[in-house]
Amino acid sequence: MRKYLPLAVALLTLGVIGGAAIAADDASTPPPVYTAKEPNRYSWSFQGPFGTFDRAALQRGYQVYKEVCSNCHSLNYIAFRNLADPGGPGFTEAQAAAIAATFQVTDGPNDQGQMFQRPGKISDYFPPPFANPQAAAAALGGKVPPDMSDLAKARSHEWGFPQFVFDAFTTYQEDGPDYIHAIINGYTTPPPGFPLPPGGQYNKYFPGGAIGMPQPLKDGQVKYTDGTPETLDQYGKDVAAFLMWAAEPKLDERHRLGFQVMIFLIVFTGLLYFTKKKVWHDVHHESAASS
Amino acid sequence: MSLQTNSKIVKWIDYRLPIFTMMQHSALDYPTPKNLNYWWNFGSLAGIVLVIQIITGIVLAMHYTPHVSMAFDSIQHIMRDVNYGWLIRYIHMNGASMFFAIVYIHIFRGFYFGSYKYPRELLWWIGIIILLVMMATAFMGYVLPWGQMSFWGATVITNLFSAIPEVGNAIVTWLRGGFAVDNPTLNRFYSLHYLLPFIIVALVMAHLMALHQHGSNNPLGIDRKGPQDSIPFHPYYTVKDMFGLMVFLLIFAVLIFYFPNMLGDPANFIQANPLQTPEDIVPEWYFLPFYAILRSVPNILFIPAKLAGVICMFGSIFLLFLLPWLDTSPVRSARFRPIYRQFFWIFVIACIGLEYVGSQKPEGLPLVIGRICTAYYFLHFLVIVPLVGWFETPRPLPQSISEPVLRGGAVPAGAVREKP
Repeated sequence: MRKYLPLAVALLTLGVIGGAAIAADDASTPPPVYTAKEPNRYSWSFQGPFGTFDRAALQRGYQVYKEVCSNCHSLNYIAFRNLADPGGPGFTEAQAAAIAATFQVTDGPNDQGQMFQRPGKISDYFPPPFANPQAAAAALGGKVPPDMSDLAKARSHEWGFPQFVFDAFTTYQEDGPDYIHAIINGYTTPPPGFPLPPGGQYNKYFPGGAIGMPQPLKDGQVKYTDGTPETLDQYGKDVAAFLMWAAEPKLDERHRLGFQVMIFLIVFTGLLYFTKKKVWHDVHHESAASS
Repeated sequence: MSLQTNSKIVKWIDYRLPIFTMMQHSALDYPTPKNLNYWWNFGSLAGIVLVIQIITGIVLAMHYTPHVSMAFDSIQHIMRDVNYGWLIRYIHMNGASMFFAIVYIHIFRGFYFGSYKYPRELLWWIGIIILLVMMATAFMGYVLPWGQMSFWGATVITNLFSAIPEVGNAIVTWLRGGFAVDNPTLNRFYSLHYLLPFIIVALVMAHLMALHQHGSNNPLGIDRKGPQDSIPFHPYYTVKDMFGLMVFLLIFAVLIFYFPNMLGDPANFIQANPLQTPEDIVPEWYFLPFYAILRSVPNILFIPAKLAGVICMFGSIFLLFLLPWLDTSPVRSARFRPIYRQFFWIFVIACIGLEYVGSQKPEGLPLVIGRICTAYYFLHFLVIVPLVGWFETPRPLPQSISEPVLRGGAVPAGAVREKP
């Protein structure tokens, strides 16, 4: 009986404190919040320890960004040269330069002190669709569209306990792309009685349900040249993959280097284990003999 | 043992500046208990991670710009354009997490095996000071990328000092260098984030001096009786620490190469915006238990909840300074303390509970759990530890490290305090 005394004491104490804590709980029950639907999980080419970006998907995703997203969303931290970087969409340098030339960028001041427009060079960054956030807000009903360079890492979904424990072991970390795909596919008619604010759209995956962005994409809107189905679902996957690359351009390199490092560490750890055993052999032997 | 070398150069230097003798004395010949288990690896591991953090930090500082309009951009530059910048930064980010994980294990090893007891009280104190300086360093480092969580974390934490009556607001303005977190705050945090790791290095040296005065504690918690209980640090513990380091690096590498952003907050990929408060302001995982304490405490008598929370949060660490005297048991190791050992594990559960609560909104069930665990945290140190030490009957201690099996009814070694 004595053995379990501490446990009994601890439980009793916890009970007393617990009662006091509940009694002291002055927090009122939180107001009911709209719970957004959980995004579906897709199988991405870049997931897992050996994942790499799918070049074709990135190129299609870039096409969707260029034709649709870029009308409102900036991509400030990506330069045209990045399109030809290893581990990226796999454009050649000439292609990247050609893409750059289709954009007009502001340069200057020139010798006359004037800013001027010129065709983009490969070293330029993607020019933003609006001169400044205030201009964007004025044109788009008061909301500034987020920059897309880091969007796939800046958005997530809280799966909560116990899911996050499983995710830690299954290397799931694609909640950003899954969320982006979900938002693009989440526009439906609101449930009856849903209080949609003026200018808001209903999106079942958006926290709170009311999103400022009008539905950006519809089936068949972007014409693919490689025979890939022109569906909303496919657009979502392609643009999410493109944005994941934009946010984590070194992913391919990271996975490749990681594998080499793991191989080295496993071999070296094994060797050290046997070294340690050998060095300690006498000590263990001696203490075993003396006892 | 005197210096063993045939090198004339080494002898010439050592005769004038005895660094080689010193190294031989404190890193090679240094007598160490022969029975240390793998929980004793975490001290040297923490030292190595500190070095990793300093080296990667110095490299990052070469590419970073501490200005509110350029800090976020310079981080993007490091991640996208600097050669292996992504690798250096992922090591530094996750290295901070690993540093705390290792130090927390190191501290709980101390709790379990009574490493804070006579004659190691000052060793313990220096350790707590290292923890406090680490926390300040990590907090200020997290502000540097100037993301949303950097900015709002800095706002919330500096704002804590406004709870101090009368002078609180003046202190907050003084800390921030202005009325809000802004460029002066970023500049001073950068300066201090660069300085404090070197203060930690100095403290680690003091920690080692205090350690080497009486040597390491050990899993049995008894004093060494003679040379037969010790082995030289080299090669025994150098090879054991190396093996432990490799196992650690394996885990660390998995984190860096396969989950580099798992422990971070997605909101920090958005540039700081003073006009837009994130939905949830949550610190990094290593601060969550303390954040839970801060937010769990209700009004206590005439003390408002905010001040009481701040007092309890800082108190939860400062309390550790008193631990060597709060623990009344003469026996160090929990192996021979059947009652304390159970309370130790209940305490671990309470700390894990606080970690969970810190990540949740302070309402409903998490708030209740938070209050229970907070109360238990203080109860553990202030009531349970003193009383258990008083009433518990420890198991008989072995006579010596070399003879773990107790023979006869001899007086347990190290059980009785023999003060000089």
